[in-house]
Amino acid sequence: MTTVSMTVNGKQVSAEVAPNTLLVQFIRENLRLTGTHVGCDTSQCGACTVHVDGDSVKSCTMLAVQADGAEVTTIEGLAQNGELHPMQAAFKENHGLQCGFCTPGMIMSAVDLVKRNPNPSEETIRTELEGNICRCTGYHNIVKSVKSASENMGG
Amino acid sequence: MYSFDYERPSGVNEAVSAIREDDKFLAGGQTLLPTLKLRLAQADKLIDLSGIAELKGISVSESEVSIGAMTRHVDVANSADVKSAIPALAYLASHIGDAQVRNRGTIGGSISNNDPAADYPAALVGLGATVHTNKRSISAEDFFVDLFETALEEDELVTKVTFPVPEKAGYAKFPNPASRFALTGVFVAQTAQGVRVAVTGAGPCVFRQTDMEAALSSNFSADAVSGIKTEASGLSADIHASADYRANLISVMAARAVQAAS
Ligand SMILES: Cc1cc2nc3c(=O)[nH]c(=O)nc-3n(C[C@H](O)[C@H](O)[C@H](O)COP(=O)(O)OP(=O)(O)OC[C@H]3O[C@@H](n4cnc5c(N)ncnc54)[C@H](O)[C@@H]3O)c2cc1C
Ligand code: FES
Ligand code: FES
Repeated sequence: MTTVSMTVNGKQVSAEVAPNTLLVQFIRENLRLTGTHVGCDTSQCGACTVHVDGDSVKSCTMLAVQADGAEVTTIEGLAQNGELHPMQAAFKENHGLQCGFCTPGMIMSAVDLVKRNPNPSEETIRTELEGNICRCTGYHNIVKSVKSASENMGG
Repeated sequence: MYSFDYERPSGVNEAVSAIREDDKFLAGGQTLLPTLKLRLAQADKLIDLSGIAELKGISVSESEVSIGAMTRHVDVANSADVKSAIPALAYLASHIGDAQVRNRGTIGGSISNNDPAADYPAALVGLGATVHTNKRSISAEDFFVDLFETALEEDELVTKVTFPVPEKAGYAKFPNPASRFALTGVFVAQTAQGVRVAVTGAGPCVFRQTDMEAALSSNFSADAVSGIKTEASGLSADIHASADYRANLISVMAARAVQAAS
């Protein structure tokens, strides 16, 4: 067992974990933050996307020990004072989800992509979301949501 | 995943002296963790290289671009220095996998793994790069040995890769639509030592296409390579593409790479 300490959604957490504990397992099972989903568990689908030190990563493809000392943000950390994050609000407004399984990962990736590309074109949104798979929406309303959120986030 | 021990040393010597026969170095984990999870690989101990500051970073001089082993794909893709010295290299890095993979995956991990469909091997061989380890310097062509096989010894660590700055270079790949790995990718460079053409994804290991190099030496244009065929025997065939299809892609991607060269 190894001790890991990190900041998750602004809160300092610390636990004893086996070195082969994945970051997503740590988030879901130790911290009981089950908004982060496991879709494929093979690094393909992006449902498990969280931010580690500001960058979107697949938390099923990272060990909890690799996040030792890091700042982690999960989908639960986006809303502030009961107000949805503009990206969450845009997904709701634009019907950017159906079953919702991919949505936490989509939103975490989308927040990171708008941070890096403040005014993204439709093409940029589509290429930047290559690591996130959705089986329901056909992506069209996801792209619309991200575009709309980017306009609100910039302004 | 089977269980393993974990260590995060802060120096190269410490990392190298910690490694035992069934241990593995851990870089970005974007290949190693999926293979451990599928139990295709097993390790007694993972030696995480992320705490070793000297393995990170990019430095660029007039004649050379030097990239530390633990430098992530996203950092190469976004480096203003790399973009101006070897734009094709930054372009290549920006087209590896997806954003999340580029945020973790490293050049050292990619080349040490030597996936037959990886992008970086084409750039290393195409530019005539040198791989530096804790023991020696190895030319890219000697480094990539065969399918998932490199010249590295068990206790040998890649520390950095140095690329000579070419006159111009271009990269084009036909990505696997699911993973973005190269179904076939071609890196073309006009260098002080002549024209080099390196092909990844098409065969079991990166290779140089010498007929195209000869043609481009006398006429550096897309037309000069688009008609040159590659023998399909020995190329890879799988559910994604036949050997003949890959052979044809080499001509198409080579022409696009020449066109894109800058
Ligand atoms: C969904 C997905 C899509 C991808 N698409 C592409 C793509 O389009 N193109 C592409 O090229 N790659 C692609 N990759 C692979 C990606 O680029 C990985 O980053 C890369 O193959 C491995 O780098 P890593 O830093 O993650 O290494 P790790 O997975 O940590 O390590 C890989 C291997 O290298 C060894 N190693 C690591 N660093 C060193 C070192 N410094 N010295 C000696 N040995 C070392 C490790 O022990 C291990 O055996 C993809 C991966 C995923 C998950
Ligand atoms: S669950 Fe992590 S990428 Fe699918
Ligand atoms: S909304 Fe169902 S998977 Fe995307």
